[in-house]
Amino acid sequence: MLEKIVIANRGEIALRILRACREMGIKTVAVHSTADRDLKPVRLADESVCIGPAPASESYLNGAAVISAAEVTDAVAIHPGYGFLAENADFAERVEESGFVFIGPRPDTIRLMGDKVSAIRAMKQAGVPCVPGSEGTLGDDPDENLRIARDIGYPIMIKATGGGGGRGMRVVHSEAALLNAIGLTQGEAQAAFGNGAVYLERFLETPRHIEIQVLADTCGNAIHLGDRDCSIQRRHQKIIEEAPAPGVSPAERTAVGARCVEACLEIDYRGAGTFEFLYEDGQFYFIEMNTRVQVEHPVTEMITGVDIIKEQIRVASGEPLSYRQEDIVLRGHAVECRINAEDPTTFAPSPGTISLFHPPGGPGIRLDTHIYQGYKVPPYYDSLIGKLIAHGEDRHAALMRMLNALTEVVIDGIRTNLPLHRDMMHDAGFRAGGMDVHYLEKKLGLF
Amino acid sequence: MDIRKIKKLIDLVTGSGIAEIEIHEREEWVRISRHGPSAPAHAVFHVPESAAPDMVARASLTAQPEVKAKPEFEGHSITAPMVGTFYLGPSPTSPPFVEVGQRVKRGDVLCIIEAMKVMNQIEADTDGAIAAVLVESGQPVEYDQPLFVIKRG
Repeated sequence: MLEKIVIANRGEIALRILRACREMGIKTVAVHSTADRDLKPVRLADESVCIGPAPASESYLNGAAVISAAEVTDAVAIHPGYGFLAENADFAERVEESGFVFIGPRPDTIRLMGDKVSAIRAMKQAGVPCVPGSEGTLGDDPDENLRIARDIGYPIMIKATGGGGGRGMRVVHSEAALLNAIGLTQGEAQAAFGNGAVYLERFLETPRHIEIQVLADTCGNAIHLGDRDCSIQRRHQKIIEEAPAPGVSPAERTAVGARCVEACLEIDYRGAGTFEFLYEDGQFYFIEMNTRVQVEHPVTEMITGVDIIKEQIRVASGEPLSYRQEDIVLRGHAVECRINAEDPTTFAPSPGTISLFHPPGGPGIRLDTHIYQGYKVPPYYDSLIGKLIAHGEDRHAALMRMLNALTEVVIDGIRTNLPLHRDMMHDAGFRAGGMDVHYLEKKLGLF
Repeated sequence: MDIRKIKKLIDLVTGSGIAEIEIHEREEWVRISRHGPSAPAHAVFHVPESAAPDMVARASLTAQPEVKAKPEFEGHSITAPMVGTFYLGPSPTSPPFVEVGQRVKRGDVLCIIEAMKVMNQIEADTDGAIAAVLVESGQPVEYDQPLFVIKRG
């Protein structure tokens, strides 16, 4: 088992990783920026190393500094969390070259899945259903591109190969607009990602975002932990997630889960990962794979009883998964509300000091947060300050527990999106379940 | 005497058959004793009033205490621009680049911070005299950690 792990992240996920390490008797090293000296996991870790100034580019994104910190503390492994360097194949490679264990997939796998076109090609080969698309990046021949688009069928989405996470996309409804739109998207992609390559996909009008959690070890085992519905989004950022996805039958779930497991084995996947799909008219369409632990992993943990972070660490230390597929039983329903330090109506970030913090409680309530009363939320990083998760014997019970918790929790001194979550728990459409990815924006009048 | 050293000593006592160890270093001393083979090691240490770093009275193995260097020296701080291992001289056998009292000019090499097998020379960013050397050679340093105090002028 790994003896000492560097937690190369911040905020709630750093605390989550720290807790798993402590459970397993693993020593922890918290690397942090100058702005995060008072971050809860930094204070709790066995050792801490300041690796740079506040801006993420000079600290949390500074791979050399992270690796140096591992060296001076004699750590054995580095856990990248999510975001920052978690899906940076070059960083993973440097970590391994420097003699440390990277808690995640092999660098090659990260590279394969980071390029959206090669990811789709690999998934197709593994029998995972994909959105009808150009099956490759577009070339310079306009007639060829028009022909490809005609085969796919309008409306069409132009996507950047180097993009992902909702960035670098444009929709075209008719042939007349296609060629111009391709040029524009290529230009934007070049500027944003340093890679101007684009591909085409059929645009689904009212899909739901449903994803499958997988775990794979280095002993030939791969399993799936069921699905999550993350359709409640604003500007491609998830706000509320739940597991399992309402309206998906056990047979559908088992079938798509099995496909994902086979794909894991085909690409020799290692660790935790998530296959993201668009789901429309009972069909799953693969869009991308995230080769890391995800923000919303707690809802899966609540319905399966599996500790995903502990499994990641076990896999990284060469041990087999603790579960076989037949051990995985989905129990009840879980919902997660992402709590952001932002104005609930304008969504402007709201950093500052938390003058009063009162956490909720009760059966089935879990709060993953690094905040404490008196903590100063810094302005340099994203606004996620916590995740409130509720589990119940069915979806109704989970939503009632979530509503109770949302009315109990107090976070004063900064603005948060708690009012938005309270509103959603009362929302008829959300309570019915099965809303598509445009639902929240339509409700907020942003459409 | 820094907290990491004391932690290492506690590990030493815990892992070995030693029942009690007492170490004196200049004006500071530490006594670590263990009563019984499975009892946790207990540390008592003495720090004279005038010593610069603030230290917590009980060495805790669970949470890392805040160790803040009280700036008892007036002057300009040179802080580490990177994480790594601090060396006072170009090699273990060479004399240090600078000593307390030595005059330096802007651009003079003060020390080396080794990171990922690369030796980075850290230069003075001002003229003056070395008022204090705050880190021992061979110790790890983090970003922004004070290394030297230079009295300008």
